[in-house]
Amino acid sequence: MLDGSKRQLITASTLKNAFDRRSFVIGAIQGGVGILLASRMAYLAIAENEKYRTESESNRVNLSLIPPRRGWILDRDGAPLASNRADFRVDIIPERLANADRTIDQLGELLNFEPGRIAELKQKIEQTRGFAPVEVASGLDYEQFASISVRLPELQGVVTQRGFSRFYPTGPAVGHLIGFVGPASAEDYEAERNPLLITPGFKIGKDGLEKQFEQKLRGIPGARRVEVTASGRIVRDLETREDVQGNPIRLTIDGPLQDYAARRIGLESGSVVVMDCLTGDVLCMASMPSFDPNSFSDGIGSVEYKMLREDERVPLRNKVLKGLYPPGSTVKPMVSMALMEQGIDRHETVHCGGGLRVGNRVFGCWNRRGHGTVDMAKGIYQSCDVYFYAMAQRVGMDPIANMARRCGMGQAFELPVLSQFYGTVPDPAWKLKKYGREWQTFDTVNATIGQGYMLANPLQLAVMASRLATGKHVEPRLTLDTKPRGFSEVDIPFDHVDYVRHAMSDVVNGPGTAGRARLPISDVLIAGKTGTAQVVSLSKSNGKSGPWKYRDHGLFIFFAPFDKPRYAGAVVIEHGGGSGAAYPIARDVMTFMFDPQKGLEQLHAFEKQWGGTAQQRLEAKYAVYAAAAGEKIAPPPRRDEDIFDQVEAEARAAATQSEEIANDAIAPRPDPFTSGTPREPQLVPTASGEPVTPAQPSAPFASQPATAGTTQ
Amino acid sequence: MRHVIPEPVARQPWQMLIPLFALVAFGATVLFSAAGGSMQPFATSHLIRFAMFLGAASLMAMMRREWVIMLAYPIYVAVLLLLVAVEAIGAMGGGSQRWLPLGPIVLQPSELMKPAIVLALARFYDSLPHGMITSWRALLPAGGLIALPMALVLMQPDLGTALAIAFGGAVVMLLAGLPMRWFVAAGAIGVVAAPLAFFFGLKEYQQRRVTTFMDPESDPLGAGYHITQSKIAIGSGGFSGKGFNEGSQSHLNYLPEPHTDFVFATMAEEWGFIGGMFVLAMFFLILRWGMGVARASQDRFARLLAAGMTLTMFFFVAINLLMVMGFAPVVGIPLPFMSHGGSSMMTNMICIGSLLMVNRWNREAPRARFE
Repeated sequence: MLDGSKRQLITASTLKNAFDRRSFVIGAIQGGVGILLASRMAYLAIAENEKYRTESESNRVNLSLIPPRRGWILDRDGAPLASNRADFRVDIIPERLANADRTIDQLGELLNFEPGRIAELKQKIEQTRGFAPVEVASGLDYEQFASISVRLPELQGVVTQRGFSRFYPTGPAVGHLIGFVGPASAEDYEAERNPLLITPGFKIGKDGLEKQFEQKLRGIPGARRVEVTASGRIVRDLETREDVQGNPIRLTIDGPLQDYAARRIGLESGSVVVMDCLTGDVLCMASMPSFDPNSFSDGIGSVEYKMLREDERVPLRNKVLKGLYPPGSTVKPMVSMALMEQGIDRHETVHCGGGLRVGNRVFGCWNRRGHGTVDMAKGIYQSCDVYFYAMAQRVGMDPIANMARRCGMGQAFELPVLSQFYGTVPDPAWKLKKYGREWQTFDTVNATIGQGYMLANPLQLAVMASRLATGKHVEPRLTLDTKPRGFSEVDIPFDHVDYVRHAMSDVVNGPGTAGRARLPISDVLIAGKTGTAQVVSLSKSNGKSGPWKYRDHGLFIFFAPFDKPRYAGAVVIEHGGGSGAAYPIARDVMTFMFDPQKGLEQLHAFEKQWGGTAQQRLEAKYAVYAAAAGEKIAPPPRRDEDIFDQVEAEARAAATQSEEIANDAIAPRPDPFTSGTPREPQLVPTASGEPVTPAQPSAPFASQPATAGTTQ
Repeated sequence: MRHVIPEPVARQPWQMLIPLFALVAFGATVLFSAAGGSMQPFATSHLIRFAMFLGAASLMAMMRREWVIMLAYPIYVAVLLLLVAVEAIGAMGGGSQRWLPLGPIVLQPSELMKPAIVLALARFYDSLPHGMITSWRALLPAGGLIALPMALVLMQPDLGTALAIAFGGAVVMLLAGLPMRWFVAAGAIGVVAAPLAFFFGLKEYQQRRVTTFMDPESDPLGAGYHITQSKIAIGSGGFSGKGFNEGSQSHLNYLPEPHTDFVFATMAEEWGFIGGMFVLAMFFLILRWGMGVARASQDRFARLLAAGMTLTMFFFVAINLLMVMGFAPVVGIPLPFMSHGGSSMMTNMICIGSLLMVNRWNREAPRARFE
């Protein structure tokens, strides 16, 4: 070897030898590399063949899902509340954009986008990478679609597609009830590893019934197998399978009634619930103001979100299920049932001199002048607080609380809704547990007039109305495929029911507090009970004027016809200034029920003054808002879920508003009058403060207790 | 039979030429498929270039040994000057480039340097007195001959070609009989220097190629994409392939560079394991003949020249195949005789031409001795 250190004579032949040895080694190494390559080749092509063949196939074949058409949501007569509309869509594939800014500007121009929406879109594109398309717009008409289609060659990265989009014919009227659909979020995909969720154009239910019945409505996606190149260009179709449309949901909701009620709420903030007394069907669950679910399906825009967020009438909250209100005097018929159950003679009278002295305190009646001699019926139809104070002192809180629960207060119902608030039916045990304090006389006083800690949502009030009207344990139902329940269970003896029916009829048709609620239909008499719930102490606001937030809630529960109840319901107007804001709505809704033509005439007259239907007003408001907002608007939370979690948390917080004044006796507000300064005084046929029962000139409650003195 | 075939034909080295023709023809077939089932634009030019360079190689084979020895250094210097020229043009143009436009053709001098370095070193060791082979005088001039072009090529920057030049030079030094311990020491230094070179010497894209070679799945859509797709193409071919013109990986553009660096993957997808074995066998025959020519040589210059040329070709084949099968980083070295590309064809045909030339010297040498 030459590498030896010892000196050795190096000649041509030793070098030749070295060459031969080394070239042999090199040849061997070459052979080794050859064998290595051959084995590697065998390993890849034979041993691992199956794996790589699959990978090659998954490269070559692109399985694209065709989003299934969503099942329709139908009303009780089979008319669609949510359907699908064939439409045209425009998506952007960020990866393929040559000049993102210019392309988006050009698109925005073609589609007449506001600057804000263009900026939002740019931001969205910037945050997205890869081949997942970003929806630019859906629901385009053919002209817009065509104008983009012809420009596609210059709009690199823009894709137009035909598809289906969700359509809610009555828009905001069903917003809270039905919810809306939108693209699945990352969390949705985490929870359900379904490739369909990330298919462009696929929407899932984001709120309300759309979310609740997601699986049933979804349907089965179609599929298209295509051969694609590495850059995503489709070479040819291999196979196509049609989608299977999702199952329809048939609701108990009466579509026209729902729409009517929502529109009739008008400029107020509130809810209307109507139930069928014979089946428990929920015919209408309107909550206004609302949002237009049609415009949410492309995602909730910044401007729209800001507009809805800034509205103190919380358009994002479903007030039927998540609005909790002190029920006020609407609990009096229920309290009467409890009294009768406890053996109180309904003919026994109490003298009302404007207040009741218990120990060293005086609890005031809303009517400071007093109602004179009051029996149970008069206690109901004139809403005499003193009568109920006196009788409740006798039976104690527990029987009343039990009756309240039996009538549905503090209860959650078996309904396919995402969440419903329970509210509160306070009793001594509850107070001790929650606040660690003893039940006081004033607590009973508050509770018997539906104030203090007592809270209920409008659905509970409607259920209470139907149970009072029938005496049966009517359970509400929302879908036609569930059985009516609770009708075998008699809560209240018929004798008691009959008595209360007449007393509640007198509220409207007799010498009661809501004469203006009388139906303009000769043969149908409506029965009801008014309620005015104050939310802040008298020192803060008189409940009729001043800041909207401090005004009294107006409530009304009702059923009709009073002697053979068919429909029952509740109307709650937030901060309406008193029950006068609520019962005209109940009257018109019931009028529509029995005579749609008459009901609509009423509504159209109102809408002329209000500036259009709820949907038209919402659109106009949005246009004004968007024009004023321009581009500088903070984006909404990235996930729609965040929005509604926030709304729910705020709803819970809002429900505690009236708790602040529950620490003492509530000085009741004059119940039977419309509020002092309604928000649209010119619209309400009778001026504020005017007695509303002209048929009863002898009615002794024509005074204004502006001297709302303390009652201690 | 001997008398039927004319002697000039019979004396050609058919044991190498037949595998070479087979390989080039097979390459043209694969290029036909890579072009989507068409002779244009790859297959035709591939065959034309081969024919041209085969003619050139035959002319090279006529060269006399004395001329070659005489021209060895001038050729080396000329190529070196061309490299400098490329560098200068690049600097003037404000960017780096590898090509030298010469009328209708573009010349890549770094390709020419691969055989030129072998030639120059063979010449150097041939003239070096035998006794000096263990002294520094055997190492330093040769090292300079290698380092100069390497530095110029690295400036382009073209790591693959620089490594090829280094490999060609090192192999000639090894076969020339330099002390083994020098190579061991160089290897040890390399092991230490490689990480340093990796972190300080390589450009970022080159580093990424190395890291993704270690773990291609770490970046399946970036640099690892090449390796992954190449493995898919080879692996999905199976034993007998998907069939001629049926390769989806290459036809649907999943495979990058299906006609140049990854031509083997294109081939393996359609011809499978059998096709791969055929290609390996052809290379085996060509390279074995080349090593045989080297061993049969009578003098030191011819021996080193032939072995160096053979191993230069081997280097291309080995690195390219290791790369497409996921054993080496993506360095951009085409597969001899199959990949489409004039520069690669030229380099490899210069190697073949040199071997034909040495083969002719071998054949004539005994006769010359008797004369």
